[in-house]
Amino acid sequence: MSRTRTERLVNLVICLLSTRRFLTAAQIAATVPGYEHDPDDPRDHEAFQRKFERDKAELRDLGVPLETGTASIFDQEPGYRIAHREYALPDIILEPDEAAAVGIAARLWQHAGLAAAASSGLAKLRAAGVEVDPQATLGVEPVVTVDPAFGPLTTAARDRRAVTFSYRVPEVDDPATRRLEPWGVVCWRGRWYVVGHDRDRSATRCFRLSRIVGNVRTVGRSGAFAPPVNADLFSHVAGWDGQTPRNGRATVVARPGKAAGLRRWAVETLPSPDGDRLTLPYADAERLAATIAGYGPDVRVEGPPEVRDAVIQILKEVMARHDGVVAA
Amino acid sequence: MTGPKHSVDRLGRLLNLVPYLLARPGILVSEAAADLGVSEKQLREDLELLWVCGLPGYGPGDLIDMALDGDHVTISHDAGIDRPLRLTQDEALALVVALRMLAETPGTGSRDVIERALAKIENAAGDLASAPVAVRLPANAEKLDRVRAAVEGGHALEITYYTAARDETSTRVIDPMRVLMVDGRAYLEAWCRRAEATRMFRVDRIDAFTELDELSAAPSEAVPQDVSDGVFRPTPDLPLVTLRIGRHSRWLTEYYPVEEVRREGPGEEWVVTMRVADLGWAQRLLLGLGPDVTVVGPPELLDRIRAHAAAALDQYASPAR
Repeated sequence: MSRTRTERLVNLVICLLSTRRFLTAAQIAATVPGYEHDPDDPRDHEAFQRKFERDKAELRDLGVPLETGTASIFDQEPGYRIAHREYALPDIILEPDEAAAVGIAARLWQHAGLAAAASSGLAKLRAAGVEVDPQATLGVEPVVTVDPAFGPLTTAARDRRAVTFSYRVPEVDDPATRRLEPWGVVCWRGRWYVVGHDRDRSATRCFRLSRIVGNVRTVGRSGAFAPPVNADLFSHVAGWDGQTPRNGRATVVARPGKAAGLRRWAVETLPSPDGDRLTLPYADAERLAATIAGYGPDVRVEGPPEVRDAVIQILKEVMARHDGVVAA
Repeated sequence: MTGPKHSVDRLGRLLNLVPYLLARPGILVSEAAADLGVSEKQLREDLELLWVCGLPGYGPGDLIDMALDGDHVTISHDAGIDRPLRLTQDEALALVVALRMLAETPGTGSRDVIERALAKIENAAGDLASAPVAVRLPANAEKLDRVRAAVEGGHALEITYYTAARDETSTRVIDPMRVLMVDGRAYLEAWCRRAEATRMFRVDRIDAFTELDELSAAPSEAVPQDVSDGVFRPTPDLPLVTLRIGRHSRWLTEYYPVEEVRREGPGEEWVVTMRVADLGWAQRLLLGLGPDVTVVGPPELLDRIRAHAAAALDQYASPAR
C-alpha cells in the first residue's frame, strides 16, 4: 500500500476517535487529507465512495470498532465515529513474571496463523506498557500444534453457530458428512477434539479434529443454540475416564537379559533356573497378552490362565494368518 | 510495496507504535525496533509517516509530535492514539489458549504465575477471551518436576534409559538442552555423549538419573530438533515394512506415521507401508496385534515373525522347559 494510503487511514482513525458526533462520508471527505474530490462529478464521487468503502473494510479487518449512526434524527445519511472506550485495550498491569509467562506463551504456536496472532497480541500488550523479557524460559516448553479445523471450530463454538464437515473414521470406508452444534474444542493427551450436539444422532458427540477431511462450513445463523451450562467437555472425550487400576498379577519367566520393556514394569523379579521370574501388574489381560506375545520365545507366561490363554491365542492367530504368505 | 495484507499490518503497527513510545519516553530507536520486531530503518520510516498525521486542522499542535534526538525518541503529542487497539478475536484466542496450555503443562513450576497472567489477559480481552477451548495434558508431573529441576541445575546427567526401538535399558551420560511437551508427552532433549548426537529422551522412559559434578556442556553442533511435525519423523534410510491390515487394525494408520495406505481389491483390507526405527520393534508390535494384520514385507521380518511365533508356541506345548 502506498504511503499516502497508510497516512490517510491513520488520519481517518485519529479523526473518528476525536469526534463525538457521527461524521458523514461527506464531512470526512472534507476533513481528512486524501479524500479530496468533486462531489458533483459523478465519476469522481463514485471513485471516492469506492475508496472510502475499502478503507472502512480495512479498519474493520484490523479490529477497529467503527460505529455507524446518525448525528441527529433529522439526518438521513449515516455517519461514523470510533468510541475510545471500545477502541482502547483496557488497562493491564502484569508483574514481570506474569509478563514473561505471556511472552513464552506467545512463542508456543507452531501454526503460522496463530503464531502471528499471538505476536501481534503481544505487541499490543507491549504498547500498553507491559515489559516482556524475551529471554525468559519456564523450564518446560510445550510445543503447541493444532489441526486446520481448529480455527473454524473455535470461531463457530464462540459464535454458537452450527457446522458441517466431512469426517473419516478409519474403521469406516468413506468419510461421512456430520452436522454439529459445537460447544467447545478440547485438547486431551496432545490430541484435539470438538464436543457438541450431533444434529443427526440427536446426542452429544465428540470428534477428533485430525479426522476432519477438508473444510469446516458454518450452517445457519450465529446464536443458534446454547451449550449446556457448565458442561464438562472432557467427560465426552473417549478414553477420558483414565486408567483402570492394575489389580491383576501375572507371572512370567523372561530369558536372561531379554524383555527389558517388561522388566521395567515388574513389581517383583526373582531368579529362576530358566531366567527371571517377573510379577507384572495388569488391568486388561488382552493388552498384557499382546505385549507379552511381542516378545515371542523370550517370555513364557506361567499364569494366570486368562493371560496365558490369551497369549497362546494371539500366537496361534499369528501363525495362521502368516501361513502361506509370500513376501512382497 | 505490497498486497492488502501488508497494508493492514503496517497500519496496525503504526497505531500500536504511538502508545508504545508514549509508555517509554526517550527509548532508543534500536531498542524499540528490536522489541517490536522490525528493522531500525523501517521504524524510522514509520516515525516519519506518523509525523505528518494528526487531528483535523493538521497544523502545529494538531499533528503527532515527537522529539527525535539522535537515537532517542519521545512522543510529545499523541493526537488521541494514547492506547493500543483492543485484542482481536484471533489474538485473544492465540494468547489465551497458549497460556492455558502452559498452565496445564506439568513441571513448569510456576502455575500460579501463569494463571494470574491468564486471568489478566482474559480480563483485558473481555468477551473475546471466553475461548471455547479447554486443555488438559496428563503426565507424570512428579517425575517431570525432578527432571526439570535437574536440567536447571546445569549439570550433566547420567541416565538409565529404556529404548523402546531396541527394547533395552542402558546407562549413558547426557548434556541436557531443554525439556519440552509434544503431543501430550514430555521429552528431554539432550546431547548424548555415547551416540555423539542430539537425542530426544521420553521422560517416562528415564528410569533413573544422577546429577554429575561436571557441568552440562552440549557441543556447538547440538541443535534443537524442529518438532512441529512430531518427534519421530521417519527418514528414507529406515527399513520399510509392508502390512495388510483388516478393518479393526486401521487405527494403526492414525497412531503411527505411515508412508502409504492403499485399498486393494474389493475386500476390506488395506495395504500399509511404514518406516520403522528398528525391525525388532516392528516384530514386537506386530506379534501382539489382533488377528487381522499380516506382514507382507520385508522377507526378513516375515521370517522372524513366523519363527518367533512358532518358538513361543513351543514353550506352551511342552510343560517343562
